[in-house]
Amino acid sequence: MQLTVWTYEGPPHVGAMRIATAMTGVHYVLHAPQGDTYADLLFTMIERRGKRPPVTYTTFQARDLGKDTAELLQQAARDAYTRFVPAAMLVGASCTAELIQDDPAGLVEAMDLPCPVVALELPSYSRRENWGAAETFYHLVRKLCADPAPRQPGGRPRANLLGPTALGFRHRDDVTEITRLLRQLGIDVHVTAPLGASPADLARLGEADFNICLYPEIADTACRWLERRYGQKTVRTVPIGHGATRQFIAEVADIAGVDASALVDSSNLPWWSRSVDSTYLTGKRVFIFGDATHAIAAARVARDELGFEVVGLGCYNREFARDLREAAALYGVEPLITDDYLEVETAIAAVQPELVLGTQMERHIAKRLRIPCAVISAPVHVQDFPARYSPQMGFEGANVLFDTWVHPLVMGLEEHLLTMFRDDFEFSDAAGASHLGHGAVAAPAAAEPVAVAAVPDVGGWSAEAEKELLKIPFFVRGKARRNTERYAAELGIAAITLDTLYDAKAHYAR
Amino acid sequence: MTPALPASAGCTDIPVLRERGQREVFCGLTGIIWLHRKIQDAFFLVVGSRTCAHLLQSAAGVMVFAEPRFGTAIIEERDLAGMADCNEELDRVVDRLLARRPDIRLLFLVGSCPSEVIKLDLSRAAARLSVKHAGATRIVNYSGSGIETTFTEGEDACLAALVPDLAPTDQPGLLIVGTLPDVVEDQFARLFADLGIARVASFPARRADAMPAVGSNTRFLLAQPFLGETARALENRGARRIDALFPFGAEGTTQWLHAAAQAFGIDEMHFRRVIAPGRERAKRAIDHRRAALAGKRVTFLPDSQLEIPLARFLANECGMIPVEVGTPYLHRRHLAQELALLSPDTLISEGQDVDRQLDRVRASRPDLTVCGLGLANPLEAEGLTTKWAIELVFSPIHGFDQAGDLAELFTRPLRRRDVLRV
Repeated sequence: MQLTVWTYEGPPHVGAMRIATAMTGVHYVLHAPQGDTYADLLFTMIERRGKRPPVTYTTFQARDLGKDTAELLQQAARDAYTRFVPAAMLVGASCTAELIQDDPAGLVEAMDLPCPVVALELPSYSRRENWGAAETFYHLVRKLCADPAPRQPGGRPRANLLGPTALGFRHRDDVTEITRLLRQLGIDVHVTAPLGASPADLARLGEADFNICLYPEIADTACRWLERRYGQKTVRTVPIGHGATRQFIAEVADIAGVDASALVDSSNLPWWSRSVDSTYLTGKRVFIFGDATHAIAAARVARDELGFEVVGLGCYNREFARDLREAAALYGVEPLITDDYLEVETAIAAVQPELVLGTQMERHIAKRLRIPCAVISAPVHVQDFPARYSPQMGFEGANVLFDTWVHPLVMGLEEHLLTMFRDDFEFSDAAGASHLGHGAVAAPAAAEPVAVAAVPDVGGWSAEAEKELLKIPFFVRGKARRNTERYAAELGIAAITLDTLYDAKAHYAR
Repeated sequence: MTPALPASAGCTDIPVLRERGQREVFCGLTGIIWLHRKIQDAFFLVVGSRTCAHLLQSAAGVMVFAEPRFGTAIIEERDLAGMADCNEELDRVVDRLLARRPDIRLLFLVGSCPSEVIKLDLSRAAARLSVKHAGATRIVNYSGSGIETTFTEGEDACLAALVPDLAPTDQPGLLIVGTLPDVVEDQFARLFADLGIARVASFPARRADAMPAVGSNTRFLLAQPFLGETARALENRGARRIDALFPFGAEGTTQWLHAAAQAFGIDEMHFRRVIAPGRERAKRAIDHRRAALAGKRVTFLPDSQLEIPLARFLANECGMIPVEVGTPYLHRRHLAQELALLSPDTLISEGQDVDRQLDRVRASRPDLTVCGLGLANPLEAEGLTTKWAIELVFSPIHGFDQAGDLAELFTRPLRRRDVLRV
């Protein structure tokens, strides 16, 4: 038994739901008790999907146990087929149904439904969400993929984009970005799967020239099978970051036999990183945790493209522990492979980084420790599904990484001023960065570069208050003066003293 | 002041559509989210699977607490190999937990679907561990499993498990039963004190060592409509339930307080004098919202068992027209007065076959559908305005001073629909 407070991954059947929900024409019949339907809200609330996930839960109760849970499953499968008429059906069990051993696979196969049925065996007590998604995708591909017709010579090279799912961290935008990049290289995306694919699309996978394994956590198993079955090569570089994107382009060009030299490198990241404002990023100590793919990619971007120092690197998915260990060795840090949230918190508290790149869990840890943080990986929350275009991959993705990682830090010019006004009453170190929220003392109105305004009537100011005013940074001094005078006028105070100045400050701080 | 009510026997005649099929509801574990906030020195340890942990995390929405007072002992493959091992593992987890959290006075071992199916005997485990940690921490068990409990039934199971340990008493007193937000509990306590009812206690109490005593002179009022087992357990201890409407809205709260006042022989004039200010405030607050709600049709999908009292409130105090009122489970005796106040045109359904129920919603197209989080956005995408049912469980909605807020919860989605121009 493992004591768990918060969990990075859901159970494996949630992984299967991510595949079914990503696709069209697939329905998942899940043998499960009531309550397991909570998983629907992950998709409808967090991802704001306007459709229910295509899942039918058998909803068995205690009184059904040992009686007719098997019949319940067959009834649910029959009803689901009649109502939704899917082109393919997934059948599986959640953790509880696994224990009652109804053999959902055998039961539904015996029903001879008029569509392909993929039976899933996802051991809930040893495996997790990503593994469940990978296994489900692999079995769907295996079942549905047809042998390709012989390819006519000529035509543009064709690639499958494999791995994006529902509830994936920026998968929607990554697909758009990489599809655009491939088009510029003269390569057609043959099938993107599972996101947006139908069972008929999976049948055509074998027709592509090669596969791009965009998210190894989801697509690696399927890619390996396609490699063996159809001899399709796999592009394995994950294009997160500027360097990785260039490397990805080179690998794709090599496999597809196209010339990539004409491709325009449209990323702003190199110049943004070289420009002087970024000097202050040098050697910022960063702690990185997430799924292995995103964490490893983030470490490379952090060190090579932003000039950070990687002081911690870890992942929660043990299936990719070896890759992470190799990466950690590159940065000379101890790999942290755990799904124990408290262990991650301890590690972060111990190294006291200046920036945390992590999941929603690390965002909470960082908030408590008052360390700036940016989210780089699932598990996700509603804010990880922005309305705007915001990929992680490709050249635009590199721009997004620069912005989202640098944003939580104090800007270069700001940092310079902080040093200058270290003992200033508003710009003290204790005030912290304004984005850290309520804990911060008196968030200064630093964003408004107000020049020292000509003040018509200074008669009301006491010498002491006037002197204090001069200690306020120049770019907010005018505003402080105006506010104080307005406050004094409203209260009918004739002489502005030190107290009036600070009373006004408190008054307008709300 | 309160209308004469028909005898409860008549209510069994009300036709109810009973359905079974896919249920779009939470299991009883979800109650931990509010129970652990109420009992401030209790820890809830779910003995279950990764699914249970994931449910609690997802239903709680955000992880506000670094180390919340709930957690899951996740059963792993090797635990399933043999039961002896499973008990030893549980002891180890509990020892570690209590060593880390010495502030915990009451530990609930909460059964889940997997623990029930493998017949892990948590009552024996609780007894065993209670001896081991005697003097420091009391250990109690209940089941919040989805195969036995629906959403709020988890609280019912939790409170029922506490009843046998309540101290005995012969003194007359009033017990308010059901978890209420502290602010609401305090409001009611002030009202009962003003009415002149001595010895009023809330169950559950805010601390494990402050749980109320119970005996044959105890009368109790249910503050929540989903506490069937708890009521039965209290009745087994000799306590007697005061039948009343539930305290939602001006009328519901008045009648709920009135039932208690009558049971304790409080003078009618005094009762009216004491409650008049609160009642008037509630009516004024509801009146502000009434225009937005009057004449609007509302359907409740089954969620928390609050559906019937809330539909009564919306119909009788806000002028809404309940189309279908679905509830996961209908406790006819406790809800007899509520049912009698609903229009016979209202379809009452118990249980759920979600696809069929959604077909009915699409056919009747109510102005407002109260439903769970899994269904809200899909219904909105179909052009149906929805209200998240879970907010009704997490927000203070009982009593006079929350009556306006309760009405406001239903007006907000309608107002939003009207103001948006996108």
